[in-house]
Formats: sequence, structure tokens, C-alpha cells
Amino acid sequence: MSGAARIQVAAVARRSIVRTMRQPAMIIPAVFFPLLLLAVNAGGLDSATKIPGFPSGSYLTFALAIPFMQGALFAAMSTGTNVANDIETGFLSRLSLTPLRRTWLLVGQLSGVLVLGVVQAITFLAVGLVAGADLEAGAAGALVILALSLLISLGFGSLGAAMALRTGSGEAVQGLFPLLFVTLFLSSMALPRNLIETDWFRVVATWNPVSYLLEGVRSLLIEGWDLHALLAGFGCAAAIAALALAAAASALRTRMART
Amino acid sequence: MIATARAVAWRNLHNFFSNLALVLPAVIFPLFFFTAFAGGLSRISSVPGFDFPPGYTAFQFVFVLCQSAAFGGIFTGFSVARDFESGFARRLFLAAPRREAIVLGYVLAALVRAMFTIGLITVVALVVGMQVDGSAIDIFGLYGLALLLNVAAILFAAGVAMRLRTMQAGPAMQMPVFLTLFLAPVYVPLDLLSGWIEAVASVNPATALLEAGRSLISGRPEHVALAFAVGFGLIALFTVWAQRSLRSAERAGA
Repeated sequence: MSGAARIQVAAVARRSIVRTMRQPAMIIPAVFFPLLLLAVNAGGLDSATKIPGFPSGSYLTFALAIPFMQGALFAAMSTGTNVANDIETGFLSRLSLTPLRRTWLLVGQLSGVLVLGVVQAITFLAVGLVAGADLEAGAAGALVILALSLLISLGFGSLGAAMALRTGSGEAVQGLFPLLFVTLFLSSMALPRNLIETDWFRVVATWNPVSYLLEGVRSLLIEGWDLHALLAGFGCAAAIAALALAAAASALRTRMART
Repeated sequence: MIATARAVAWRNLHNFFSNLALVLPAVIFPLFFFTAFAGGLSRISSVPGFDFPPGYTAFQFVFVLCQSAAFGGIFTGFSVARDFESGFARRLFLAAPRREAIVLGYVLAALVRAMFTIGLITVVALVVGMQVDGSAIDIFGLYGLALLLNVAAILFAAGVAMRLRTMQAGPAMQMPVFLTLFLAPVYVPLDLLSGWIEAVASVNPATALLEAGRSLISGRPEHVALAFAVGFGLIALFTVWAQRSLRSAERAGA
């Protein structure tokens, strides 16, 4: 990266981070809601651990992977709303008059979501461990969870940016939130795939990449080091991030051409 | 009073049914929860001690029924907040001879909206093979409980909307209801819960409604009188709340 590029990325990134961190309405739901749902589900579904073949004796440990995904969905909305706001207020149009390159603009815009991702991952893991969840992979496993969580946040953040750049409307981005949530619910979120009884649901969960993201985090918490689960998790996260970044870059090219 | 209530209800229902952005979430979310819970968690019925003869689909149907009834009330509360934010409520206040009729109109609208959603969910549940062991009277009782919850929810939400008079009040309407419902025995019966959630669920009024509703659909009614008492009690409580909020809105000049 050249000196000019570094300056461009730093300026946009700083703005993105400061803007994200200055909005409690974006940070609090993204951290608080997933923890609230974790508490409710871990309590309500604890008896699921009595199902023969359930991989853990603690539903809290099993469910601790879910907040990482929910946090990423909130991150998608956060990035999408911020980018849409830049379009609606004309900020993006003004940026297009500067020598700033599109690639660096996108990288900079995603910095806020990555910082939010770090805050979320550390909070979820810390609260989970304090509440009694296991971390079979140890301290190194925590670092891998953090890395996977960041990759997931990058993927979903890029998806939010792509949506915003395509539609140009914050309201449209908010309206797409339920669609993202559906992907979480139709996954192995609540039970392992081999314990899902309904055939069509198990098939959908098996094809749903979100299942592998959850299972990647979950493997470190429950089993320790499961290379297969980790490769699938990181592979799906990288694929989502690559596709979403490409979609966002394409949408940005169209948007900048329009302005 | 009836004419005013009817006019307010008609306007709200017209706005609701002519706007896909309002209809779709009201229908899709309950169906989505029903699919995710009844489909994805059906194995929970094999947990030792889980005894519900009609099956897990019927078990979760009662929760989704109560949830959609309650959220039918909350979503109507959003309309109340929008009317205040846009200034329409001020004009309503000037035109209505008795302002309680405005609240009654919103309650009627919430009831119709809930019946629409509940009807759709019931059709879907029956199509996917939900087993109903209760008699017609039992099922009538189940829907009665759901509608009581709907009325309580709209009175609560309308109260919040009339006090805060902004769409920003949405989370203040949604979160308490969401939490109350999810801190009840959602996935398993009360006696299979343990720890802090059992303690909370035992004193949660939504538990009485859910447990009685499940007993009705299984044809083994239990604690139904208690559930109806809770339903009417909530309505009485939130009627006072809504009335006081109406006075607050009047004092503020809407």
C-alpha cells in the first residue's frame, strides 16, 4: 500500500470507527441483544442436553456460538445504515470529487464494523466464560474464535455495505434485516444437525453456510481442535466475505458512476 | 363513541391491509418462528419427562399463537405512535367527542389484525399436520386467551405511544413484551425448566396463559380459569395505564 493510499484509508477508517463508537444505539443492541437471547435460550433449552447424542453437558457452552452470528448480523445492519446515510446525505457524492480510490473507501468504511466485531467477540466470550461456559481449546482457541468472528463480521459487514450501495436507502437496509435473520434460524443454531428431526429442516441447515460458521466457533468451545469444523468455518466465512466484498465493490462502482 | 371507534379502527385497518410493508412482517415473523421452533427443535420432545401427546408442533403452535397475538397489539401500538408523530392524533383529539373512543378504535384494529395473523398461522399449522386433541370448546378457549393477550398488549403499547408520542418508542413497546414471552416456558414445559429461568417463569403471567393454552389444545384443560383471570387482570391493569397515558397526551396537547 502506497503512502497516499495509507492516508486515504486512515482518514475514512478513522471516521468509520469514530462514527460507529459514538452511536450507543448501534453498539448496545449489537452487544446486549445477543447476550440477552443467550441467557434466555441457555436457560430455556438446558434440558436439550439430555437428548441422547447431544455433544455437551452444558447448553450454555453449545449456545455461546450463537451471539457471534447475531452480532455479525447487527454489524451488517450497522455498516449498511452508515453507508446508506452517507449516500442519503450526499457525503458519498462529495467523496467522489476527491482523489480517493474506491477500494480504499470500501476498506475504510468497513473499519468501524471490524472494531465493533472485536468489542462484540471479546464481550461475548468473556460473559460466556464468566457464566460457566467451557472453552476446550484453551487460550489459543479464544484467539482463533476472535479471528473467525472478525472474518464473519467482515463478511456480513460487506453484505450490509453492498445492500446499502445497491439500494441507497437506510430504510431498505433495515427491511432486509429479517432476511438475514432467517438464515440464522434455519441453521444448526439450536441443535446439532444430526439431532434435527425434521428432514427438510436438516437439509436446509446442511446447505446453509451459517451452520458451518456456528460449528466452527462451537468446535473450539466443546471439542477442542477439530480441523474439519475449523476449515469449514473459516472457508465459509472467507467465501462470504469475498463474495460480499465483490458485490459491494461492484455496487460502489455503479454508485460512483451515477454520482 | 362507537362511530369514532369504528372510524379509527377502519382507518388503521385500511392503512395496514393496503401496505405490504406492514402486512408481510406481521405474517412472516410468526410463520418463521413457527417453522424454526416446531421444525428445528422437534427433537426436544424426546427429552425425558416431556409429555405432550399432540406433539411438539402443537406445543410450539400455542407459543407462536400467543406471540403473534401479543405482537399484533404491539405493531398496532406503532401505528398509534406514528399518528402522534405525524400530528394526525392531534386532529383526532380535536374531532372526537370522547377520546377514549380513539383508544377503543385502536383496540378493535389490533383485534382484527391479530385474528388475520392467527387465522393464517392456524391454516399453515394444520397443513403441516399439527395434531389437535382438544374439543371445539377447548380451541375456542385457546383463541380467547390469545385475543385477551392481544388486547392487553395493544393497551400497553398504546399507553407507551401516548406518553412518548414518537416512533422512537418502538423498543419500549417491544422489549418488555418480547422478554415476558421468552421468559416463560417457550421450549419445554415449566416442570422441565431449572435454575433461574424456572424461578422467573413460575411468577411470569405469560406462563399461566401458555400452560393453559397447551392444556386446551391437548384436550386436557388445566388452570384455565387462572389463565383467563390473568388475561382479564392484565387488560384491567393496562386499561388504567392507557387511560392515564391518554390524559398525559391531552395535557401535552398531543
